[in-house]
Amino acid sequence: MLANLTSSERQNALVIAVAVAIAGAAMAIAGRADVMGVHGVIVMLFGGVVAWLVMGSLYAPEPAEDRSASYYDDPIKVGIALAMVWAVFGMFMGVWVAAQLAWPSLAFDAAWSSFGRLRPMHTSGVIFGFGGNALIATSFHVVQRTSRARLAGQVSPWFVLLGFNLFCVLAVSGYLLGVTQSKEYAEAEWYADLWLVIVWVTYFILYIATIARRKEPHIYVANWYFMAFILVVAILHIVNNLALPVSWGHAKSYTIWPGVQDAMVQWWYGHNAVAFFLTAGFLGMLYYYLPVRAQRPIFSYRLSILSFWGITFFYMWAGSHHLHYTALPHWVQTLGMTFSVMLLVPSWASAGNALLTLNGAWHRVRDDATLRFMMAAAVFYGLSTFEGSFMAIRPVNSLSHYTDWTVGHVHAGALGWVALITFGSFYTLVPSLWKRERMYSAALVEWHFWLAIAGTLIYVFAMWNSGIIQGLMWRTYTEEGALAYSFVDSLVAMYPYYIARAFGGLLFLIGALVGCYNIWMTVRAAPVAAARGSDVPAHPAAVPGE
Amino acid sequence: MAEVERDPFTGRETTGHEWNGIKELDTPIPRGVLMFLIVTHIWAIAWWFFVPAWPLGTTYTKGLLGVDQHTTVEARVVEGQRQRAAWTSRLETEPYEAILADQTLMRTVRDTGRQLFGDNCAACHGRDGKGRANYPDLTDDDWIWGGTPEMIEQTMRVGVNSPHPDSRVGQMPAFGRDEMLDRDQVRNVAAYVYSLSHPDYASAQTSARIDAGREVFATTCAACHGENARGSAELGAPNLTDAYWIYGGDLDTIIATVHGGRQGHMPTWDERLSKAEIRTLALYVYDFRNGAR
Repeated sequence: MLANLTSSERQNALVIAVAVAIAGAAMAIAGRADVMGVHGVIVMLFGGVVAWLVMGSLYAPEPAEDRSASYYDDPIKVGIALAMVWAVFGMFMGVWVAAQLAWPSLAFDAAWSSFGRLRPMHTSGVIFGFGGNALIATSFHVVQRTSRARLAGQVSPWFVLLGFNLFCVLAVSGYLLGVTQSKEYAEAEWYADLWLVIVWVTYFILYIATIARRKEPHIYVANWYFMAFILVVAILHIVNNLALPVSWGHAKSYTIWPGVQDAMVQWWYGHNAVAFFLTAGFLGMLYYYLPVRAQRPIFSYRLSILSFWGITFFYMWAGSHHLHYTALPHWVQTLGMTFSVMLLVPSWASAGNALLTLNGAWHRVRDDATLRFMMAAAVFYGLSTFEGSFMAIRPVNSLSHYTDWTVGHVHAGALGWVALITFGSFYTLVPSLWKRERMYSAALVEWHFWLAIAGTLIYVFAMWNSGIIQGLMWRTYTEEGALAYSFVDSLVAMYPYYIARAFGGLLFLIGALVGCYNIWMTVRAAPVAAARGSDVPAHPAAVPGE
Repeated sequence: MAEVERDPFTGRETTGHEWNGIKELDTPIPRGVLMFLIVTHIWAIAWWFFVPAWPLGTTYTKGLLGVDQHTTVEARVVEGQRQRAAWTSRLETEPYEAILADQTLMRTVRDTGRQLFGDNCAACHGRDGKGRANYPDLTDDDWIWGGTPEMIEQTMRVGVNSPHPDSRVGQMPAFGRDEMLDRDQVRNVAAYVYSLSHPDYASAQTSARIDAGREVFATTCAACHGENARGSAELGAPNLTDAYWIYGGDLDTIIATVHGGRQGHMPTWDERLSKAEIRTLALYVYDFRNGAR
């Protein structure tokens, strides 16, 4: 892979890797009295290993002359592999914490394995590790193909991909060590956050620069969504993580946002992380791989416009629905609720656009589990986005808030929508990227599909049941006007559902393992001369555009 | 650059754009989608008129209904208190004997007490009140600080070794660790205490140790636990002659207790629960024995 870099690019890569290693050494020294020192060592090792790899082929021959005539697929391949590794890690952590809720002794009475530390390892592992790598990999693929242009940088895609994974490692290892700023989905501490800003801004510049080189007159819908994802996540991340570290040598920091404003900023971030990380980015995936696999044109360009602008505009307002009936002023809650309802139709427009695109290809949905993954993803997207708007309505929220219903809702989206669209996209992308005729085993794709569907349905139904039972138990009063149940009573009632949930998650994890094996065997197979559905070639940069 | 085509399946025209083989149809937005879009917007705008919605500098639009979550919740709290007043006022004022005699009121005490106990006491004493290692069983006849409803109420109100100014104070000193007794004395007195609840423990091998322990007990322990080792509810000194043990009644645990001492903790509930709630719980706990019998 390094052979595709020129020697000056390799030198640049070496300089960056050494700089990261030096920064790690500085962190290790400054934070030697704190867990930050451990992170310094991790950063130093990370930079050191990359530098060592680059040095190994620093003086290798120069690459073929006209790289600009071909697409840059190496970072995409690595990104897919990393996404699958993180998927298995994150989902395993999910099954573990789910099992802890049913059998608390699975925490083994140790600090590192307590629920509070393992749960963010699960959430960050699946959202950022799995989802983030999948988004980076597919966005690199989609932007090149739909722009007929090679990525605008040679080292920067690696910087984005590896830098992002360094962030994920710092985040997840930090939780294990007890490092957290206690903001949901933004638990990583200040130095990891600063690093992510550098990585993410590079990602944005790289993406925009590639779009700017496009040889197509129009920017395809998928790229609108990917750009919205990258830009908005940068804004959300920076604003929510504004914090003052207690010293340069300590992991601990304090947010600059006081009281209820901190809560509001956090959920403005948290909900838009769902909107722009877990929705917009994955809609970019949907808009490319679904029509490619279905071999059908997108149902309606006009619906695409309606849903894109509806989603980007309305989602921004909806975060306060996470804080109904709290110290947040009533009027802010009203805005969050009403904008969540106005968001419904634009969201549904995307799901509908995807499903109507399948008109004329339903026989393929029946026969091809890969396309069925994407169809099911669109259905779950539609279901969970309806559920989200419904739960944002205050009186509904008074029942659902703080219950497992919320957890079920999130997983209808995360398993049913985000993971299914990713697997469908990967099964479309992997054979074409590695120049194979098809996936190693269609039967294993079929197995993965049914394991994932069964796991998701068991999970979501268990959480709907337990959530609504919890919510009702907490609000049931006796004739005398006293609460009928104690909190422990509701926990006892949850027990069977917690077992069912852990089982559903286990099925989903097994499906992901099947997927890993299938992808691995596909990559190991011999390439075919002409891959099926080959791409329109990249436009050489030297030739002026038409 | 692709031309505008007609899709044979739907009969719609494409937009004429193409990206790596992907085309788009120029299908108009379905009427149903637009209708539903309008309905959701009308619904949202209507809410803005009825309830607090938009900021106006330092204030906000109050809404035609004049509701606010603070006033709503205050009204609900008052309504709830009014609904409960029928029995809470009796629980606050009437003597325990009167309440215990009223079966209807006691049914309310049991219903309400079960939830209160589950949310406030069960974490240490267990949902069934039977306690567990290091936490007292509340269902038996053995009470450190007294088992009448009045005494239970007092213990709940001030706590044991709590920050409350009138807290009950129960300190078992660390006789071994603080070198008030030497190693042998600790073992001897433990053997003696153990023999009080295990009469078959006395034998030819142990009698010397037990006798030596009896002397240590008389000079060191009897001040709190009494000459007869039956304890004192005023001092919170447990009875050592029965089968009830908080920390464990085996010989090793007794040695550990004499060596390292014990300072149990019971929080004060004075500020946390209302008077009616504390008295409900006192009766609920007192009532455990009726269930046990």
